[in-house]
Amino acid sequence: MNMLLSISRAIDALSERVGRTVLWLVLVMAVVSAGNALYRYAFHMSSNAWLELQWYLFGAVFLFCAGYTLRYDEHIRIDVLASRWSRRTQVKIDIFGTIFFLLPMAIFIMWLSWPVFMNAWRSGEVSSNAGGLIRWPARLFIPVGFFLLSLQGFSELIKRIAFLKGLIPDPGEKHKDPALELLEEQQAELARNAAAAAKGGAQ
Amino acid sequence: MSAFIIENIAPLMFIALVIFLLLGYPVAFALAAVGLSFGLLGIYLGLLEPVLFQALPERLFGIMANDTLLAIPFFTFMGLILERSGMAEDLLDTIGQLFGPLRGGLAYAVVFVGALLAATTGVVAASVISMGLISLPIMLRYGYDRRLASGVIAASGTLAQIIPPSLVLIVLADQLGRSVGDMYAGAIIPGLVLTSLYVIYIFGRSMLQPSSAPALPLEARTLRGWALFQRALVALVPPLALIFLVLGTIFLGVATPTEGGAMGATGAILLALGKRRLSWSLLKQAMNSTAKLTSFVLFILVGATVFSLTFRAVNGDLWVEHLLTNLPGGQVGFLIVVNILVFVLAFFLDFFELAFIIVPLLGPVADKLGIDLIWFGVLLGVNMQTSFMHPPFGFALFYLRSVAAAKEYLDKVTGKRMAPVTTGQIYWGAVPFVIIQVIMVAILIAFPGLVTSNLDKKSTVDPAKIQIDIPSMDDSAGEPASPSEDAADPEVPDFGQAPESGAAPAPKDEGAKEGGELEDLFKK
Repeated sequence: MNMLLSISRAIDALSERVGRTVLWLVLVMAVVSAGNALYRYAFHMSSNAWLELQWYLFGAVFLFCAGYTLRYDEHIRIDVLASRWSRRTQVKIDIFGTIFFLLPMAIFIMWLSWPVFMNAWRSGEVSSNAGGLIRWPARLFIPVGFFLLSLQGFSELIKRIAFLKGLIPDPGEKHKDPALELLEEQQAELARNAAAAAKGGAQ
Repeated sequence: MSAFIIENIAPLMFIALVIFLLLGYPVAFALAAVGLSFGLLGIYLGLLEPVLFQALPERLFGIMANDTLLAIPFFTFMGLILERSGMAEDLLDTIGQLFGPLRGGLAYAVVFVGALLAATTGVVAASVISMGLISLPIMLRYGYDRRLASGVIAASGTLAQIIPPSLVLIVLADQLGRSVGDMYAGAIIPGLVLTSLYVIYIFGRSMLQPSSAPALPLEARTLRGWALFQRALVALVPPLALIFLVLGTIFLGVATPTEGGAMGATGAILLALGKRRLSWSLLKQAMNSTAKLTSFVLFILVGATVFSLTFRAVNGDLWVEHLLTNLPGGQVGFLIVVNILVFVLAFFLDFFELAFIIVPLLGPVADKLGIDLIWFGVLLGVNMQTSFMHPPFGFALFYLRSVAAAKEYLDKVTGKRMAPVTTGQIYWGAVPFVIIQVIMVAILIAFPGLVTSNLDKKSTVDPAKIQIDIPSMDDSAGEPASPSEDAADPEVPDFGQAPESGAAPAPKDEGAKEGGELEDLFKK
C-alpha cells in the first residue's frame, strides 16, 4: 500500500504540474483570439492557421485539465442524495464509480482515439482549410487527455482505499468550493477597504 | 429476459442514467459509463452494429473544433477578472448611494447592479457573494425586511444566467443548433422584462409595506451632489464600455460571440491593469478557475455525447419524441409539460446537466412542432435560471447563506445587536422571486414576440428550410461513411495498424464543416 500511495503522490504531482502549466493557455487563447478578431477588422483577412490555433489551445486546455480537475474534485456531481450519506459511503461510491465508470470509459476512449492519431501522424493529415495547421497534434490531445484522466482516476482510487483503511486523512477534504475561495478573498478585500475607510473617516 | 431488454432498452437506459447520477459520482463519467455499457449490451444482444463506437473519436474532435463552445472559457475568464478586480464593489457602493434616498432604494440598487454585472461578468456565485457581503448588512442595518433583502440579492445574482453574455445561452444555442448571436438577441428583452418585474415587485412591497424597505437616512448618505455624480460616472463607465465592446459588437454583427468574448477578456485584463488591481495571483486564480470550469463543462458534454451516441442508436430519441408529440394541446401543451419537467428537474440537476442531457432530446421535438428554437431556448433559459434560486438546492441560496451572518453580530456603524439571518428567511425570501420567474415563463409562452421580434427576419423559423444541426449529437463526420467499410474489420484496430477505413473519410467532412463555419464568419 505504501508503494501505491507513493505512486499516487507522483501522479498527483504530475497532474498538478500539467494543470499549472496548461492554465496559462487560457490567457494565450484569449489573446490569440482577440488578435485574430482585430486583425480581421483591420485587414479584412484572416489566417486559418491562427484561427485553428484558437481551438487547438481550447482542446488542450479542457482535455489536459481533466485530470487536474479530478484531483480537485471539481467535476460536477449530483449530491442531492449523496450529501446525506456518511462520508465512508460516499468514498465507497467514489471507489465503485472510479472502477466501473471512470477508468473503463477513459481507457476505452484512449484506445479508440489512438489509432486515429496514428493515422493522422502517418498520413501527415493537414487541415483542409488553406494554410491550416497539421492535424496530428490535435488528434493526439484526445488520447493524452484521457490518459492523464485515467492516471488521476487511479491515484484517486488509491487514496480512497487508503482512507477506508485508515491510512490517510480524507482525500476529499482538500476540496474547496471555488465560491468559498472567492468569498475569503473578498472578505479580505472588504476588511482592507473598511480599514482604509476608517482611516479616511478619522482624518 | 433479453427480449424484454431489447424491447425496452431506451427507457431502461434512461432509468439507469437516473440511478447512476443519483449515486453522486461525477456526472460526466456516469453519463459516459451508461452510454458505453448500454452500447456494449446492445452490441452483445445484436441490436447494434459493433462499429458503433468508431464514430466516437471524430465526435470528440468535433467538440474540440467547436467555435461556439470556445466562448465559454472567454466569458468565464472575463467575468472572473472583472469580479476579482473589484468591479462589483465599486458599483454597489456608488449605486447604493445613488438610489439610497428612495424608498426601497437599496433593493433597486441591488437589482440594477445585478443586471449590470450580468451583462458584464455573468458569474452567479460572484454576484451573489459580493452583494451579500456588501449590500445585505447595509439593508439589515436600516431595517429592511430580511426575507425581502435576501430574496432580492439571490434573485438579482441569477440574472447573470439569462442576460447576455450568459454561458447558459451559449450552451443552449450550441445544443439547439442555433447561433449564439441570435440567442443573445432573443434573450435581451426577456432579460430586461424580468429585471423590471423584480423592480415592480420591490416597488409594490415598498408601497404596501413601507417598513420593509425604508429609504436610507440622511447620515448614511456619505456622498451627495457633484461628488456622487463623479463617483457614479467613474464606476459606471468601465462596465458600460465593456458591455458595448462585447455585446454591442456581437449585436451589430461585427464580431462573433467567440471573438466578443476574447476581446472582452482581453479588455477586462487591460481595465484591471489600468485600475492597478491586476496581480499575478489574481490572474493565475482566474486562469485556474477558468481552466477547471472549462474542463468540467466540456467533459459533461463528452459524457453526454457518449450517452447520446448509444441512446440514438437504440432509437431513444424516437421514444422521447413519441412520448412528447402525443401530448394533448399541441405546441402549448408541449411547452407547458416541458417547462414543468425542467422546473422539477432543476431541483436536482444544475443547468449544464439539463442543457446537455435534456435539451438535445427536447430540441428536435420542439422543432417538429414548429416551435422557434430561439424562443424555446430563451424559455428554457429563464426556467433554468430558477434552478439557482429555488429552495432547498438553489446555488444562489447556498452562496448567500455562506456570506450572511449566521450568528448574532454587532453592527459596525450603529453598534446595535443584530439577529442572525436564518436559513428559513433566505428560503422564504426566494419564494416570491421563484413565483416571478414562473410568471415570466408564462409571459414568454403567451408572447413569443418578446423573443422573436428582436431577431432578423430570416432567422425566424422557416420549417421547410430548417436543418437540425446539433453539432455534438449529429453525425457530423465519420459515421455515415464508416459502417460499410468498417464492417470488414469489426474489431477496433490495433494500435499499430492505422484504421485507413475508419478515419480516412473524416477529414473531408470535417473540412466541409469547418469551411462552412468560416464562411459564416466572413458573412458577418
